[in-house]
Amino acid sequence: MSNRPPVTDWSTDFDHLDPRWIDNPYPIWDELRGKCPVAHTERYHGVYFPARYADVRAIAYDTEHFSSRRILVRENPPPPIPAPPITSDPPEHRPAKQLLLPAFTPDAIARYEPEARAICRGLTAGLAGKTRCDGAVDYAQEIPVRVIARMLGIAASEAPRFRRWIHEILELGVTDSAVVLRATGEMNAFFAEHVASRRAAPGDDLISYLLAARIGGEPLAEKHILGTLRLLLIAGIDTTWSAIGCCLWHLAREARDRRRLVAHPGLMASAVEELLRAYAPVTIAREVVKDAEIGGCRFEQGQMVLLSFPAANRDPAMFDHADRVVIDRKVNPHMAFGIGIHRCIGSNLARMEITVALDEWLKAFPEFQLDPSEAVTWSQATVRGPRRLPLLLG
Amino acid sequence: MTKTLRVQVDPNRCQGHNRCKALAPALFELDAFGNARAAGDGRVTPGLEEKAWLARGSCPEQAVEIIEE
Repeated sequence: MSNRPPVTDWSTDFDHLDPRWIDNPYPIWDELRGKCPVAHTERYHGVYFPARYADVRAIAYDTEHFSSRRILVRENPPPPIPAPPITSDPPEHRPAKQLLLPAFTPDAIARYEPEARAICRGLTAGLAGKTRCDGAVDYAQEIPVRVIARMLGIAASEAPRFRRWIHEILELGVTDSAVVLRATGEMNAFFAEHVASRRAAPGDDLISYLLAARIGGEPLAEKHILGTLRLLLIAGIDTTWSAIGCCLWHLAREARDRRRLVAHPGLMASAVEELLRAYAPVTIAREVVKDAEIGGCRFEQGQMVLLSFPAANRDPAMFDHADRVVIDRKVNPHMAFGIGIHRCIGSNLARMEITVALDEWLKAFPEFQLDPSEAVTWSQATVRGPRRLPLLLG
Repeated sequence: MTKTLRVQVDPNRCQGHNRCKALAPALFELDAFGNARAAGDGRVTPGLEEKAWLARGSCPEQAVEIIEE
């Protein structure tokens, strides 16, 4: 653990764990975009932060200079922990991703929609008659974890353990590598048991799917399977939980958008895309593996880059009124799910869950607002979303 | 005479975001991996021009092209 001094200059000394950044990063990113436009910090062994859409895009496309073997910025990075395909570079990336894609097409995901809806209805029914709740804890966090558990063929009762691993790997692990290695070991042991049981008795789930998958005619190595399973669990939960939480946070504060969406459910699709643009939860990292120049700035080998899709999505060079949520925005090429070969494989799943979660929430609670007597708290580092979201219902 | 539009998807750019399919379902179809291609010969039925332009503008990979014939 470390005691980092407060930031005095965002462009030369930024810290993505600074409380101001965690609480409200958007004004900071606007400032950086206006002047740098690539910020740098000596903290965390050296990290760049491009704030413009064009630069984030260029880096995401440039897998020769920017590797995915490290996708998290950490104070004391452990050796790379492969979780294919997110940590894979070409040429290994393509087959590792291709084998997963058929399981995540819109049609493949549609079969989980009734279940997602039943989960949301169960949660809103449990809140019926209450005058207050925590939208993050009582609702958002419960939805993706149960859906992904179903997809993996694992009991949803394991949810608290899944959330602990995610908290340890993505948040505590930024400053404490021991906790990353311990959580990774626990996850591997957990999944190894499930892999063994599916080998004996395959089922209709993603673990069995991975066991049946082949690359070049060969089954996947156990290490590959465990890495992919860790990825699916981690990436499938707090990203979407954060996105749902951000949507509720926005609609709690902006009565006009909320009432418009309730009155015109046909706006849901564009509203979901716009909320994804404005509050994209995920910032992933790259390691500079060859010196490069992007946007007129030098990137030195060995340093990291925070690839902020949320900052790119707020670039006024790309979006009119970039700082405003426009729920019927038409043209919207946001990159909330990343861009290039690492486009989030779960994007169709996330969209389905967010859409169903908002639809069911608004049916149950067309009127709600932030509870002014309690504070909203935000996650930190790679995924941004409300962790406490006190709401007044009705 | 008004121009006829034809959509096409650059398979080297498409990463399967599915934005085009969601915005203009009649004009695009998906393969088994969720990557998009033009439905049929890509000709845009009169009345769907706006959706075609929307699909083009909303593709984060700039993979959707429109040819004016």
